[in-house]
Parts: sequence; structure tokens; C-alpha cells
Amino acid sequence: MYNEKVMELFQSPKNMGEIPDADAIGKVGNPVCGDMMWIYIKVGTNKSGQEIIEDVKFKTFGCVAAIATSSAVTELAKGKTLEEAKEIKRKDVSNYLGGLPPIKEHCSNLAADGLKKAIEHYLARKPKEPKQSKFSKQKR
Amino acid sequence: MEKKDRIYLDNGATTMLASEVLEEMFPYFQTEYGNANSLHSYGRTARGAVENARKTIAQTINAQPEEIIFTSGGTESNNFAIKGIALANKDRGNHIIVSSVEHECVLKSAEWLERRGFKVTRMPVNKFGVVEPDVLKRAITPKTTIVSIMHANNEIGSIFPIMEYAEICRKMGVYFHTDACQSYTKVPIDVKKMNVDAISINSHKIHGPKGVGAIFIRKGTKIEPFMDGGGQEFRLRSGTENVPGIVGFAKAATLIQKEDVIRMEKLRDALISDLLKIPNTHINGAVGKDRLCNNISVSFNFIEGESLVTLLDIEGVSVSTGSACSSSSLEPSHVLLAIGLRHEIAHGTIRITLSKYTTSDEISYATKKIKEAVEKLRKISPLANIKQSSKNKLQ
Repeated sequence: MYNEKVMELFQSPKNMGEIPDADAIGKVGNPVCGDMMWIYIKVGTNKSGQEIIEDVKFKTFGCVAAIATSSAVTELAKGKTLEEAKEIKRKDVSNYLGGLPPIKEHCSNLAADGLKKAIEHYLARKPKEPKQSKFSKQKR
Repeated sequence: MEKKDRIYLDNGATTMLASEVLEEMFPYFQTEYGNANSLHSYGRTARGAVENARKTIAQTINAQPEEIIFTSGGTESNNFAIKGIALANKDRGNHIIVSSVEHECVLKSAEWLERRGFKVTRMPVNKFGVVEPDVLKRAITPKTTIVSIMHANNEIGSIFPIMEYAEICRKMGVYFHTDACQSYTKVPIDVKKMNVDAISINSHKIHGPKGVGAIFIRKGTKIEPFMDGGGQEFRLRSGTENVPGIVGFAKAATLIQKEDVIRMEKLRDALISDLLKIPNTHINGAVGKDRLCNNISVSFNFIEGESLVTLLDIEGVSVSTGSACSSSSLEPSHVLLAIGLRHEIAHGTIRITLSKYTTSDEISYATKKIKEAVEKLRKISPLANIKQSSKNKLQ
């Protein structure tokens, strides 16, 4: 059912784990449906002063495709600006993996949603979070 | 034990053809390949083989040979029994009863009848996946013509008290059919002691060839023929007989011995005991003698079944899962939901089914690989850190 790239990422998922002091966690799916992904992000700034995904990790409860797509979305997000990362769509995840069986396309959707949610949570919290500005100062 | 190429533990799905069966079937492909209906010597030999097979299979359940009809398998036998009896008796009534944990072919046959004006009651089951006889009794109405409840469940291995159901049905003037595809030769069936009117059995679950099965239909049962044509199988199921398949089926039906059942039970229980040492794990279905000798249905909290099956497959261990992610409907197994499992637990369920050829070395290796795979998937899962109060137990 799955191609080599999907199987590779499933067996040795990249960026699997937690970020204890994450800036935001995007939680999507639910155990009732059988797919649940938590995308942790740590936000930094690049040389141009733009906010970037400095570190990203995932944890997933789900099938082969769920684990592969959530790992794939973290690989796609790493190092990108928040704006770029927000634009990552399910097609990007699917292409990164070289395609998914049609019945599993919804997993790539969920993974892209998870990342988007994490970024949105971060952006929503930002002004109230003194920790963020202290952090940005350290980055300069 | 060194890693073997593959360990097959999905005998509930299908089984390896036994060497004795292959040997028995062989002459009927290129030497005695006649049509059993032909008049010449080829035909007569083929006919003889079919009738011997019929006698053999009848003996395994203490039936008369003419009460055994050969079919293409369990699915056809189930369709035949339910549709055939319901349609033949529609003047008496239009209500049929099935359990909610039947195989899809039974449930879909009931739906087919429902679309044609029949009323269907789907019996709920208890936490072991079994229909309570009292509940069945209350569900039967004057319009009920057939009750179909399986002998043993393919998903969770629970054995049903079909003798009790058959008694109830006989007293209330209702036909009783049972799908015995998982239980045949593992659990004794004696139609003289049990008032069962129809029994479906198949070959590929007992080390026989795929594409052949049978149905026991008690003499005097009013049933519509399933396939019309040349009039084979006492005009109930036309079609040129699958001679090699039928011969193989009969051979397979004689293979399993009491010692094989006892050995599988021991291996099953040893495996269950080892699996329950993994935290947050539980077994589904009945226990001990109320459970099929070769079935283990086990749920691992916090992880998903397709992932587990795939990791095990990579390590050469073949099992199956009731998880939604492995089905085309994206719904978890209806059986697991019917016994009250929460969706997320149903998703994390796998089924391990042994055969008479399974060795204890294979079980040890599989246990080790299951433990490793569960640990790996729990590291990946966000649910595993949440403390659960569930203890390891037989549900």
C-alpha cells in the first residue's frame, strides 16, 4: 500500500519527540477517529529578523500514513519563516512523501493542519507573552 | 531463536494448505479430471471422489451425507442459508434475527433481505461478545422464520452457546443457522445432539484449499435453491463440482486431532499471559474453554493497529487488526465496538490466530517483537504519557 519513502519515514521518523518548553503545540485529530497529531514548535528569528520555525517536533497516535505525514510536515517546516510554514499544504506533504494511497490522503491534511494550528496559537499568544520578547532580544 | 523469514499468525484469515491435502487433491487435476456428472470412467471416478468427500464431511458432524451441500465457501454458504430459508418461508413470516457480531456476509445477507421487505433484528452482545440466550428468546416473534448466530467469532474468538439457541428456536418453531467457519473441527459439532437446522463451514480455515465450503441443511428444512442450472447438489446448488477442492476439503476436515487443540490452547494461554505483562494491555472476548483454542484478540492502549501490524510485518510476524485505518470504511471492527470497546481502544487492537503448526519458538519470537513494537509506538504517541487507570486484565 505504501511506497518506500513513506515506509522509511514510518520506521525512522524524523523529529519525533516533544519540546518541553515549546512556544506552541498544534493538536489535531482525536483518538476516537484513530488519528491524533501534536506538532510542537519553537520559534526563533533569522538574520533578517523574521520569525522562523527554529525547532519542530511531533508526536502521533495513528497509522503508518499518520506517522509518516506528521514527520514529513516537521521536515518541511524546519527553518522556514512562520509565513512560509503557514502555507504548507497537504499536497506539499503528499509530494514530499512521493504520494499516498487515496484513502490516506486525509492524513496529509491533518498534518498540515497541525502545523498551521501551532503557528496560529503562537501568533495569537505572542503580544501577551513577555517570555517571547526576552527571547527575541537574546537572538539578536 | 534466530529470526525466521516469516511467522504466520493470521490463521483466522486463511491457512496454509496441508501437505496431505495437496497430495490428496493432486490426481484430480491432470489424471482424474473428469466432470463428476459425466457418464464415462473419468466422470464416475470424479463422482466417487465427491461422494466419498461428502460422506467424510457428514461424519465429522454426525450428519447424513445428503445433508451436506458443497459450495464455493463460507460466504456462499451463509448467503444460501439466510436468503434461502427466509425466502422459502416468507409465507410464514418475514422476520429474521442475526447477532450484531456476525461476519459481514451474514450481515449483508440480512440487509439484502431488509431491502426486500423483511424485518431484521440485530441482537446485542455482552462484553464477551456473546448473545444471551434469554435475550434471544425475547426477540423471537410469531413472524420469525430464521435465527442466524455464529458458533465462534472470528475477531475475538468467543464461542457461542449454539445448543441453547437451537433449543430455543426449535421450541418456538424457528429455523436456526450457525456460521461455523471459525469453529469447524476446533470445537465439536454433533447435529444429532444439537437442534441446528443449517451450518456453514469452509475449507481454507482448516488447511484446505480456498474456494470451497459446504452447508449442512437438516433433512426437511424448507430452503430455496441458491444457484439454478444443471441440478447438482440435490438441485440446491447447481454448477460443476470443484472436485479437487472438495477432495481437499474432506481431507482437511480429518486432519485436526484433540492433541492439536490442546496444544494450541496451551500456546494461546502462554501468549496471553506474556502479552498481559505489557502495561496497559487487555484481552478481548471470552476466556478458557469459551474461547477458540487459537485466537488472541489483544488491545494495546495509546497506539494504533495498522502501525503495529506493519512494524510486526517488517519483523516477519504476520497478524491482523480491527483498526479503522486498515479498513476501507475507516470504521473500526463492528465486533470490537459491539462489545463496548471505546473507539481508541478498538483502533489499538490486533488479532493473533495460531494453527496446529505454530511452535512455541514462534510464539516466543512474536511476543518479543510485539513488545518492542508496542514500546516503539508508545514513544511516538502523545497519549502514552497520560496516566491511565486501566489495569492489565481479561476484559
